[in-house]
Amino acid sequence: MKHIITNLNKVFDNRLRLGIMSILMVNDKVTFRDLKDTLGVTDGNLASHIKALEKAEYILVTKEFVGKKPQTSYSTTVLGRKAFTEHLDILEKFLKKR
Amino acid sequence: MNKQEQHLETLQEIRSLMERSTRFLSLSGLSGVAAGTFALLGAGAVFTYLGVSPLDPASYQEMRHMQLSGGKKWGMEYDTFLLVTGAIVMILATLSGLYFTKRKATKGGYPLFDASAKRLAWNIIVPLGAGGLFCLILLLKHNLVYLIAPATLLFYGLTLINASKYTLDDLRTLGYAEVLLGLLATWFSGYGLLFWSIGFGILHIIYGIKMYWKYER
Repeated sequence: MKHIITNLNKVFDNRLRLGIMSILMVNDKVTFRDLKDTLGVTDGNLASHIKALEKAEYILVTKEFVGKKPQTSYSTTVLGRKAFTEHLDILEKFLKKR
Repeated sequence: MNKQEQHLETLQEIRSLMERSTRFLSLSGLSGVAAGTFALLGAGAVFTYLGVSPLDPASYQEMRHMQLSGGKKWGMEYDTFLLVTGAIVMILATLSGLYFTKRKATKGGYPLFDASAKRLAWNIIVPLGAGGLFCLILLLKHNLVYLIAPATLLFYGLTLINASKYTLDDLRTLGYAEVLLGLLATWFSGYGLLFWSIGFGILHIIYGIKMYWKYER
């Protein structure tokens, strides 16, 4: 049992990060604003966890202009999708073992 | 809370976020009931205007007769009466739909107009708008009154089938039923308004109650 728990990805030991990944897994591209609305969190909190996922290279940041306004949106990387799926598999296994 | 419960809760939260970010789930069953009621009232007004019973296939001959003779009732020609009634029904149905859906969103603590709502709105507006224009052209340019009811049912059914990908999946079966009714209405062209009342009135009410029972009770 101990073995499985230590296998859990450290990047994902935060709820908000898992939340961000969950949304990005099923949407091609999501703006900062939409992430914030869906998760119901503050700008600062969301930004810091996005940074962490970005640093792990699990998500990709796109900055572009929509009209005259700059818009930042996010999507998953192949590495991120793989890490997230593995994380879910481990969680599921853990639940089945008991 | 032990580790297992914690993991279970995490998985449930992930599932809910995945669903909530792709589908607009605040659609209320009560808006279906309201739309259905307004549709039945509107259809009732048209039957009364024509002075025929819903089961009387002669409706369309009456209409043609009235149209050709340029007859007026209640100060309006048939075309005008049909358009005005249709517009009033649509406005009332849309407003009540927005009202009940907003109420459900507020209860659940979700924003009414988020990304999933925009996606749903767009996927309704495009096919339904095309259908609406199609029907206006049929009526105003070609005077094909008997195709209006079947066409609205068909376009509405296809719109629902498309929209069900972006909201509650239950809309899909309602869409199939509307398409089927649309085809039947094309075949039995004397009974267009009757099929229209079943599709937009009765089915909306039944579906609305069913969805309210399932998700909002």
